[in-house]
Amino acid sequence: MTTKQPDGWSSKLGVIMAVAGSAVGLGNFLRFPGLVADKETGGGAFLIAYFISLLIVGLPICWVEWTLGRFGGNQGYNSSPGIFHAIIRKPWGKYVGLLGFIIPVGVYFYYVVIESWCLGYAWNSFSGSLDLGKAPAAYANAFANFTGKQENGAILALGAPFAFFLGVFILNFVIIYRGLSKGIEFICNWGMPLLIGIALILLVRVLTLGTPDPTKPELSVWNGLGYMWNPHDIGQGLSNPAVWLKAASQVFFTLSVGFGVIITYASYLKKNDDVVLSGLTATAANEFCEVGLGGLITVPAAFAFLGASAVAGGTFALGFNVLPQIFAGMPYGHLFGGLFFSLLFIAAVTSSLSMLQPGIAFLEEGLGLDRRGSVTLLGLITAVGCTLVVYFSEGLKALSTVDFWIGDIGIFLQGTVLIFVFNFVFGTERGWQEAHQGADIRIPRFYKFIIRWVSPAFLSIVFLLFVLRNVAGWNLSFGNATFTPTDPILDLVGGPGHPASGVARLTVFFLLLFASFSALLIHRAGQRWNAR
Amino acid sequence: MTLAGFLFLLLSVGAVTTLFVWCLIKVLTGKKNPEHLAHVEPIETKDLDRR
Repeated sequence: MTTKQPDGWSSKLGVIMAVAGSAVGLGNFLRFPGLVADKETGGGAFLIAYFISLLIVGLPICWVEWTLGRFGGNQGYNSSPGIFHAIIRKPWGKYVGLLGFIIPVGVYFYYVVIESWCLGYAWNSFSGSLDLGKAPAAYANAFANFTGKQENGAILALGAPFAFFLGVFILNFVIIYRGLSKGIEFICNWGMPLLIGIALILLVRVLTLGTPDPTKPELSVWNGLGYMWNPHDIGQGLSNPAVWLKAASQVFFTLSVGFGVIITYASYLKKNDDVVLSGLTATAANEFCEVGLGGLITVPAAFAFLGASAVAGGTFALGFNVLPQIFAGMPYGHLFGGLFFSLLFIAAVTSSLSMLQPGIAFLEEGLGLDRRGSVTLLGLITAVGCTLVVYFSEGLKALSTVDFWIGDIGIFLQGTVLIFVFNFVFGTERGWQEAHQGADIRIPRFYKFIIRWVSPAFLSIVFLLFVLRNVAGWNLSFGNATFTPTDPILDLVGGPGHPASGVARLTVFFLLLFASFSALLIHRAGQRWNAR
Repeated sequence: MTLAGFLFLLLSVGAVTTLFVWCLIKVLTGKKNPEHLAHVEPIETKDLDRR
């Protein structure tokens, strides 16, 4: 007979790497540079708003999540519903953790699909088949073909893209089956240094590009850096709510706070394991990758080859249409392109693994399943969700619908819940003491005030702005306010010139079904926990 | 790139890089938790008596 040791981290650096790996994703290398480079809401004002948001929302909520997670873990719970059950100690407490289960699993539905694009593009780049010449349309068509964007079900008929998806999906579950230290920690301990190493190689390559086309001296890396980093009108920018909204949202999403991941990862720590320095280090690692590496690679390279217009197309356009074209135009481009997409794949795989662990933890402790059973059940649930996203690929409608309702709204909601539970249920003073149990460094005292009052207020305002902007369609103008329903809403209810989308409706129906099923599982888990 | 842009770049990248390096040094040279036994493989209960 074998006694089962509880799952756990093998080192402090291991858990930091795992949290950093969860946070570092595609957004660090594609979304952040695009936001800084935005002519209307980017520049110095964006950076100031970004760093202020980091200090008063990102970092405090990060510490809150680490603290609550370790506390819950020491009460014997590793999943978000279990941890809230232990903290709130009311019959409804466990349901507060519902989002901490459905957000990571729901985001996995589409994130693993994007992850497979990265692997496919890395493969195609190394093999030279991504060199499609100088016509931008060829790259847009290649992306549309690879993702099945033109027609629902198209990807099932294409051999390679579906094979990449299937391979990546299985790979994630093989790694997660190996457990925390042998699976996630092992991959992140190797993956994160490798990712930083690849990014540094690419950084040197980009910064030494000079002026790729001597006949166009204005298109240089130096001017590309200027296009991205020149501050513009800071005063006007900081008075624009859109700047704050974009900066705070980016901070929130990039740190993976409110995701249900950090709280689960921290729950495997022991009572006297540090959470303050660990949380700060994971945050610093993410910021280094985002500002120090991501901020210097993609946009300057795109500008140097194709000019300002190439930068303005959004995350997917920059990553999968513009950059392959740029790599095709530089010496050894297939090699650098392959490295770049490998970097994205590594960033994605360390993130997608973190999305599975909260689900595994809940199924194990809530339903009493062993590792094999929890991996199988979660595999079935995510297979259904992923099939929806993969099949309804036309216009990437299912993907964008899940992203909006789970990846945007859900994460904001969960982050707000976290900070309010910490302050007004757990207690700020008690939480402060708990955070410093075994801490290697002290949080500056003024942060107690920030965590108690500033973070909840700031986050509530930003969340309200986000909903008004992205749901109600407010133009963010106080003097001349207009409200135009946004695409996610029009997709559901329809409007003039914008018929309702059957796929969007089906996707939202599926998400509601998934949330209800999850609530039932939590109800069942509650019965089990009460019987302890 | 303007001088102001260069300063923004230098300050932003410098700040996050310094913070990251400082944190890494603190973590790698920090105190070891005596309670932390690192990962222990599952053990056979029959071995417990011998231990």
